[in-house]
Amino acid sequence: MSQTPTVVLNARAVARTISRMADEIIELNDGTDHLILVGIQRRGVQIADRLAEVIREREQVDVPRGALDITLYRDDLQTVGPRPVVGKTHLPGALEGKIVVIVDDVLYTGRTIRAALDELADFGRPARIMLAVLIDRGGRELPIHADVVGKKLEVAKGGRVDVLVPALDQRDEVVLLDPPGGGSA
Amino acid sequence: MTMLGKDLLGLAGLSREQITGILDVAEPLKEISERTIKKVPTLRGMTVVNLFFEPSTRTRISFEFAEKRMSADTVNVATAVSSVSKGETLVDTARNLEAMRIDMVVVRHPGSGAARFLAERIESNVINAGDGTCEHPTQGLLDLLTLRDKLGSLEGRRICIVGDVLHSRVARSNIWGLQAMGAEVAVCGPRSLLPGAIREMGVQVFDRIEAAIDWAEALNVLRLQLERMEFGYIPSLREYNRVFGVTRARLERAPRDLLILHPGPMNRGVEIDSDVADGPHSVILQQVTNGVAVRMAVLYLLAGNKASLAEVAKTGGAT
Repeated sequence: MSQTPTVVLNARAVARTISRMADEIIELNDGTDHLILVGIQRRGVQIADRLAEVIREREQVDVPRGALDITLYRDDLQTVGPRPVVGKTHLPGALEGKIVVIVDDVLYTGRTIRAALDELADFGRPARIMLAVLIDRGGRELPIHADVVGKKLEVAKGGRVDVLVPALDQRDEVVLLDPPGGGSA
Repeated sequence: MTMLGKDLLGLAGLSREQITGILDVAEPLKEISERTIKKVPTLRGMTVVNLFFEPSTRTRISFEFAEKRMSADTVNVATAVSSVSKGETLVDTARNLEAMRIDMVVVRHPGSGAARFLAERIESNVINAGDGTCEHPTQGLLDLLTLRDKLGSLEGRRICIVGDVLHSRVARSNIWGLQAMGAEVAVCGPRSLLPGAIREMGVQVFDRIEAAIDWAEALNVLRLQLERMEFGYIPSLREYNRVFGVTRARLERAPRDLLILHPGPMNRGVEIDSDVADGPHSVILQQVTNGVAVRMAVLYLLAGNKASLAEVAKTGGAT
């Protein structure tokens, strides 16, 4: 990791982007009825918290929030082996009749979202499941797309997008790392 | 990254980081047993054999729940040990099972060291579910998890193991595990039921239960094997209860509330009185609940840990 990261969203841009995503979520659902925001551990949970904050300002409603850890639903145990860290999963009550918005920081192959859909199905049958991501970096390996996207980036294979959040990284920005040895986006 | 190797044979030799790692994985797994659908697909397609050469109800059921909640396929094999050729029977049985393509073996055997003996001879992951008087690592881990739930960090905490330490694999796994976590460990029991070299294990020894209660923050009360009396280790059950029994009267004189653990099954009125076992400071049923989570964590962390995968795992597949 010798190359310098490029900042693609600074703190102000992240705040603006999240505000717009919150507005889109409200608009797509004509309000906040039956809405649940479910963040994917760990950075998706942070983004979901910030979306909920904006929605509270706009609509004076506290949208119920949950967290999903998809480690146990991954499809690579046999090839990669067990991950040594498993996070907590908790959902705010029954999912029946709810509109669940899965929130994650970066959408890439789509495998995390596949796992999240499987995990949600074990908890119940929501009326609808949507996907909101701060960054869509392309490179899908499954037929999955996001309903709400903060920013689209074309990132070369081997490149990396890091969403840095204050609670975990003491920074608030999105950075892009090009793959080693050229191959720019 | 492989936190554990191919097998879990004992807590002796595990580092604080490794034990903490297992407990940290077990912690979020508790929630799965509270779901309506108490199941995650993690070990789908894996076959786990519970190979028990000694009767066991609780440990086997706990492992079976753990395996099923992780979606593994399970087969229970209960066999008596042929007294002539133990080693041969054990390995032959396991190799026969392996010929039917299994992934993991959970083994309980009356011979100390049987789990290691087996692990060195088969490809499958081996989890020791109790071997002779050697170790019972998942019991040690569930005790540690229960203590951690209640006490937070175990650093400097004072835990006393009470009773038949001599014949107890639970005691050994507890001593190794607690010491790795930085706790102070003591034992208390009749001299006839303490190993001769007990002080060399780095533990304090209390001859009187009152002194142990005075010192400890938690008591792990071992089951007294009733046949010990026949072999003259103790004069009588009543005498044992009178001298070493954990009773409410004794606990009421303690300078603080003590957590009470017991690996089960209990002999009520012998090593522990009913009003203690069912009392407000008993965490005996939490131990049982935690047992399933700890075993799920161990199954998960060993799954797919073959030597060939260790390298791939280190670099961590991209997310």
